Amino acid sequence: MSELLLELLSEEIPARMQPRAIEGLTGLLHDKLAAAQIPAESIRGYVTPRRLTVVAEGILAAQPDRTEERRGPRVGAPQPAIDGFLRSAGLAAVTECEIRPTDRGEFYFAVVNRPGRPAREVLPELIHGAMAELPWPKSMRYPASDLRWVRPLTSILFMLDGEVLPLPLDRVPVGRTTRGHRLLAPGEICVSNAADYLKRLRKAHVVLDQGCRTEMICKGLEAAVSAEGLSLKPDPALLAEVTGLVEFPVVLMGTIDADFMALPPEVLSTAMRAHQKYFSCLWPDGTPAPRFLFVANNVAVDRGRTIIAGNERVLRARLADARFFWDHDRRVPLKSRVEALKDRVFHAKLGSVYDKTERIAALSELLAGDVHGADPHLSRRATRLAKADLSTGMVGEFPELQGIMGRYYALHDGEDERVANAIADHYKPQGPYDFCPRAPESIVAALADKIDSLAAFFAIGEAPTGSRDPFALRRAAQGIIRLILENGLRVSLRAIFACAADALGPKYPDATGELLAFIADRLKVHLRGEGFGIVGGAKLTLLRHDLIAAVFALDEDDLVRLLARAAELAGFLATEEGTNLLVAYRRASNIVAIEERRDHRRYDHDVQRKLLREPEEFALAANLDLASDGAMRALAREEFDAAMGHLATLRRPVDEFFDRVTVNTEEPKLRENRLRLLSAIRATMNRVADFSQIEG
Amino acid sequence: MLPQARPPAAGQIARDRADYFNTNGRALSFQSLILDLQRFWADQGCVILQPYDIQVGAGTFHPATALRALGPEPWRAAYVQPSRRPTDGRYGENPNRVQQHYQLQVILKPAPADSQDLYLASLATIGIDAGLHDIRFVEDDWESPTLGAWGLGWEVWVDGMEVSQFTYFQQVGGIECDPVSTELTYGLERLAMYVQGVESMFDLDYNGASGPARVTYGQVFKRAEREFSAYNFELADTVRLVVHFADAETECQALVDRGLALPAYDQCLKASHLFNLLDARGAISVTERTAYILRVRALANACCEAWLAGPSSVD
Repeated sequence: MSELLLELLSEEIPARMQPRAIEGLTGLLHDKLAAAQIPAESIRGYVTPRRLTVVAEGILAAQPDRTEERRGPRVGAPQPAIDGFLRSAGLAAVTECEIRPTDRGEFYFAVVNRPGRPAREVLPELIHGAMAELPWPKSMRYPASDLRWVRPLTSILFMLDGEVLPLPLDRVPVGRTTRGHRLLAPGEICVSNAADYLKRLRKAHVVLDQGCRTEMICKGLEAAVSAEGLSLKPDPALLAEVTGLVEFPVVLMGTIDADFMALPPEVLSTAMRAHQKYFSCLWPDGTPAPRFLFVANNVAVDRGRTIIAGNERVLRARLADARFFWDHDRRVPLKSRVEALKDRVFHAKLGSVYDKTERIAALSELLAGDVHGADPHLSRRATRLAKADLSTGMVGEFPELQGIMGRYYALHDGEDERVANAIADHYKPQGPYDFCPRAPESIVAALADKIDSLAAFFAIGEAPTGSRDPFALRRAAQGIIRLILENGLRVSLRAIFACAADALGPKYPDATGELLAFIADRLKVHLRGEGFGIVGGAKLTLLRHDLIAAVFALDEDDLVRLLARAAELAGFLATEEGTNLLVAYRRASNIVAIEERRDHRRYDHDVQRKLLREPEEFALAANLDLASDGAMRALAREEFDAAMGHLATLRRPVDEFFDRVTVNTEEPKLRENRLRLLSAIRATMNRVADFSQIEG
Repeated sequence: MLPQARPPAAGQIARDRADYFNTNGRALSFQSLILDLQRFWADQGCVILQPYDIQVGAGTFHPATALRALGPEPWRAAYVQPSRRPTDGRYGENPNRVQQHYQLQVILKPAPADSQDLYLASLATIGIDAGLHDIRFVEDDWESPTLGAWGLGWEVWVDGMEVSQFTYFQQVGGIECDPVSTELTYGLERLAMYVQGVESMFDLDYNGASGPARVTYGQVFKRAEREFSAYNFELADTVRLVVHFADAETECQALVDRGLALPAYDQCLKASHLFNLLDARGAISVTERTAYILRVRALANACCEAWLAGPSSVD
């Protein structure tokens, strides 16, 4: 059993690429070792900004031996044929062959024992192969080697049980040496095995294990905030990123000048986080504290005083910029920035952002009628102002603050708080876990913005295809679905998309049909992702696809009713009545479908009373009238369950009909009338749900 | 309960290191910083060039980088280049933003294996000691759409401040760089502000003299910032700029056809700067913008091809 130690030392690997890189490398090694029949008992991967390290233990020292048998020429074959065979089999004389009888005569056989290659021989090409196959999001060429890598490789440590193995990588040195921390221990380190490597790196200020670095950072952050009686604003994504920026983390705390604390908290945290990768601190009451935390990659001789001072200066410059924008932007009211949106192109084929705000303002009027408690005037105001902050200096500098700054500036202008909140909320929700607006005017603005984007991009043929969704329309559709379902909105999507098409104007084709199909499709994905939908606060259990499809097929464009129906359908089908209904439907529709296919025609016409002959025919027709009438009246009251109850009563008359009546009778007129009767059953039932979509 | 002692500014810390200070005991002046960096790179075998005499947006555009990065011949050069970015002008009122700043540009071809160590050593020569500071290489891939160029590398942070761009050139003018070069771009004002511990670029000590002989960065450049901001944002005649752009474009193509890569490239640089001016005047819509970029890139590509087709530059 052998131990493999591989370290690929390089220049700084981007933090975001590190986790995938080490996962990919260990995965490739695992697979390749197994394929080469020298599997490892354990493989561990480590990643830092400068190195990818793999320690594999319990590798078989050699591949198992194999016995190869090859049949040669027939005994007595011409000498050149025999000589050729011996050469190719690696044998010296024909006496080394066995002679075996076969059904075609006696043949020479070479039986060669191929000893397995030692791991040390197999590994170089195996590692080289894994390195060549490792996918980087972006890779580069550099003078020392022909092998593309994420950044130039500095050196490689490659050992099996302490013995250095070769690796053909041009001028990249391969051996038993590595280097420590770039600033704290830059000298060469010579190692003898994996345990020695780990120990020496620790001394050389390299915390190799990414999990350990994260833990060190967490502890450092916690210690720093608790010493000040503060708490840390949790930020797992930032934590993961800074783990990938340091080999030896040192948490330091800096002070924010008091003058800047009047800036909106989002501005503070964006300036700190996005650009500087600083953590924010909070007072016990949750408000921002004038401290920031960051993770240095150096144990400075002055205990970090210079580093802290430098970082404070940088933050001061950034926040001074932000305060300049904050003061400057508020001199101009938001409403007078709307004009400037005319110069901002939304899309070459769809006009300016100004045009878009006009469209969503128009949409907001219709939507305000559908959203309980929404003030139409305020909704319109919010949509008109929704994009105005795009021309402010702050959003120019920090695009991620769009909407949020609009809210602050609107409040400063004395706009209604509901308007201000709707401006901030209209971009939301941005994904399945983002906050979904609940305030009426916010719902209107958020829906209007997304409905317009969908309608507009579909109208110019920019619907998403495959993995291509440059305008994030799938996310917009999911936003619409969440806004409707989580707020229990009763809206007709068809009417809304028609209104959006009106707002776009006559020169664009109407894409309402396509849009409804797209929403249906996204609804299925959404429900699959969530495992449930939320209707008016009530959780539904997992909804089957086929049930959604069965209800959607009815041109149902009210998502709340659609899900309610699907849920009721699921419940009803689980009962005995449900079974009855399905049986009746299938017995009736199967035969009609078969005969229609055979006759190349449909049997949709009304049943002719005078052609009814058998008592079971009369009974079925009468029961159908009754059930249909009852079902339709129940549907009108949105009593879906009751509607299905009426339909389920058809099971008995349908069964009796099939027991006593011959559908395919000799008399064509009678046959046609009977098919019409069965077709009428199918049509009636399909008005409640498309039962043909239901599986199982 | 909150910490009281504000740590001393960087300038004060650096004061402990007498070798980095002029005789007056102040931190390195702006011009000394440039001289020291040039000396450092001269010792590394770089030819020290002077700024190119055409307005450019970045030191990369200097033919000593853009063109010399192509082809197989080894090449090492360093030079200061004024970088003109009309949209960044703030009439001299923003302490960190100007329409013209200085870059120190270094090109090392082929990229040496110890590029990063050389860079760190260059920082040490201007008093940025790795023992006191947090120096970080943070992912930042460089791309110049107008030059048809890209490379992978980092922005270099010193204590949270970006002071340099570090790039391994992969492509220039749409042509693969073989061998790959190292390109270093120092933002000189930022570095100097850091070393001197000042909060405004205009307060930078330019010449290190004291008393009446003392000159600040603001004394040298503030008037230019005001006047050029006014020109860039308000007065540049967009109709004429469009004509000039087309003229430069035509001239460039004609010169490429005659195989005169360097004069052609001058015209390409002019077109590029005219585009920047038009952009600053807000005279270009988003869709037009892409078209202009593609036009400049076509010129740059043609110039680079003409450069490679010509006689070897080292003859």
